Amino acid sequence: MTLSQLVIREIGHRKLNFVLGVVGITLAILIAAGSVGLLRAHDMKAAAIIDQAVADTEAEMKQLEDSIRKSMKGLGFNIYIFPEGQDLGKVYEQGYAEKTMPENYATKLGNSAIITVNHLLPSLTQKLKWPEKKRTVILIGIRNEVPISFRNSKKPLLDPVKKGTLVIGNELADSLELKTGDAVTFMEKPFTIAKTHPERGTQDDITVWMNLSECQTLLDKEGLINEIKALECNCSTVDRLGEIRKELLAILPGTVITETESTALARAEARVKTKQAADTMIAAKKAERQRLREERESLAAILLPLTLIISMVWVGILTFMNVNDRLTEIGILRAIGIQSSTVLSAFLVRAFIVGLCGSLIAVAVTALYIQSAASAPHLHGFTLSALFTNQELGLTFVLAPLFACAAAWIPAVRASQEDPAKVLRHD
Amino acid sequence: MTDPILATRDLHKDFDGPDGIVHAVSGIDLSIEPGEFVALQGPSGCGKSTLMLMAGGLLRPTRGTVSLAGTDLYTLSPNARAQFRANTIGFVFQQFHLIPYLDVISNVLVPDLALPGTNSRERAHELLDRFKLSHRLHHTPSALSIGEQQRVALARALLHSPALIFADEPTGNLDSGNRELILTHLSEYVSEGRAVLMVSHDDRAVEAASRVLHINEGKLT
Repeated sequence: MTLSQLVIREIGHRKLNFVLGVVGITLAILIAAGSVGLLRAHDMKAAAIIDQAVADTEAEMKQLEDSIRKSMKGLGFNIYIFPEGQDLGKVYEQGYAEKTMPENYATKLGNSAIITVNHLLPSLTQKLKWPEKKRTVILIGIRNEVPISFRNSKKPLLDPVKKGTLVIGNELADSLELKTGDAVTFMEKPFTIAKTHPERGTQDDITVWMNLSECQTLLDKEGLINEIKALECNCSTVDRLGEIRKELLAILPGTVITETESTALARAEARVKTKQAADTMIAAKKAERQRLREERESLAAILLPLTLIISMVWVGILTFMNVNDRLTEIGILRAIGIQSSTVLSAFLVRAFIVGLCGSLIAVAVTALYIQSAASAPHLHGFTLSALFTNQELGLTFVLAPLFACAAAWIPAVRASQEDPAKVLRHD
Repeated sequence: MTDPILATRDLHKDFDGPDGIVHAVSGIDLSIEPGEFVALQGPSGCGKSTLMLMAGGLLRPTRGTVSLAGTDLYTLSPNARAQFRANTIGFVFQQFHLIPYLDVISNVLVPDLALPGTNSRERAHELLDRFKLSHRLHHTPSALSIGEQQRVALARALLHSPALIFADEPTGNLDSGNRELILTHLSEYVSEGRAVLMVSHDDRAVEAASRVLHINEGKLT
């Protein structure tokens, strides 16, 4: 005869008491697992939502940034470097500089350690009559970007115009009925239309773009330019003109430097505001998820200890009832010579089995529920293994029996200290 | 003259009652030697059961000593006394007090719980065979007759071959056939050099004893 045999047969004899104890432990674990599982599902879902929002915002911002980078080419944060002695009033009046400077100024800038500029675009601009078409146009000679020597090459902001070709504005194309591929003559030199721009609503619509060297030849200004666009792309930073001027003048003393920026700034600010709005939205989402979590956490903070206390009292009462049912048996066992520690062990082993069965059933029920309710909205489709680690599940099988033993401790000690004489005297 | 198995000296037991102290046992000197079958008779409430509980190491006397097989019981710690009981004493009760959820063989083997590592299964089978219960090994007490239950209780008391059996009204609920059977087994046990102290109102049971003691108002008369 062993203690475990005694306990198991007693459990078989008093099934209801045992089952009620197991139900108590099972419910306690289910409520605990439910509370923790829901919180974790909430956390994981919140993390996924926030990650998605951040990813969406980043993609949106990248797209916006690319768009701004391209638009900055003609809109702003563009530092214009004009020849020495150029009257800016004249530039504003006629749209380009009348004076010229050597084209190698651009190369000089490119070879310097300039840090505030990302792109250098030298050009030669002049308003003139297209003799063959009898139209006043703005002729701009452009070339490839001047590489900045200490930087990795960047994506070009505009495509150069190949020799022997022209790119023309929308108004010219429409009014002169020119299209891509048409052959034209410009100042007695034959060209092919490489591209016609869509309508821009600016002087670009009456502009002819030509390869810089061909333009210089036609205008009899070999090796000369009248403008360098120095493009500073760090457009989220407002007004760095002073710093840029200082740096450029150190390399090209005497040149005239100005900046057009308002549209770009507006767009840059819009981008910043978009980012701020996105950040605010993400923060609001985070706050909302946090608020929901705190609500659930508050509920769990009340529910969890309450459940544990009720369950503990429940198991304690059931053990107490079990002890009361068995007072005579305990008295006889003690009279026969069985140690009080053995009596204590009998009740604690019983409680341990109650806890173990409760934890097994609770884990099985939790697993089945999660599996069958994987599409339930409150679980967000998370699986058992996603919500609980193996260690936690394993720990349940240890903690629940210990918890049941703790709950049964007081009545079990009382049973072990039962005076056999008291039982037998009243027999 | 051999050494007594049980010797009590000036044994007293007082209880607090609603009307003051009750002297349940007053100055009892008792000696039981091996081979003795002693019957204790007296009216209800005269102190028979109290005397038996004190003699069995279950109830500390107010005064006096109990010596069992040469050991002063109440100088031992409760756990040591329990161990001593497991080795030396067997109990048989009027209500049998079998454990309801254990079958016959398991009930007989319950005293093994008091002596970890002991396996008395062979001895249990031998006793149950002797008490004609071999066909009832796996029946629970509720499936047994009254007489069978008392025989199982007796087999449990004899499992570790104790030096002394305390029997409290062992035949009180039995028919004549079962009464004779129990008394015969107790007598046989005594003849093996052990002793029995039996509390009984039953005159026919008392006739089986080798010595009869009378107790009244807590004193041997």
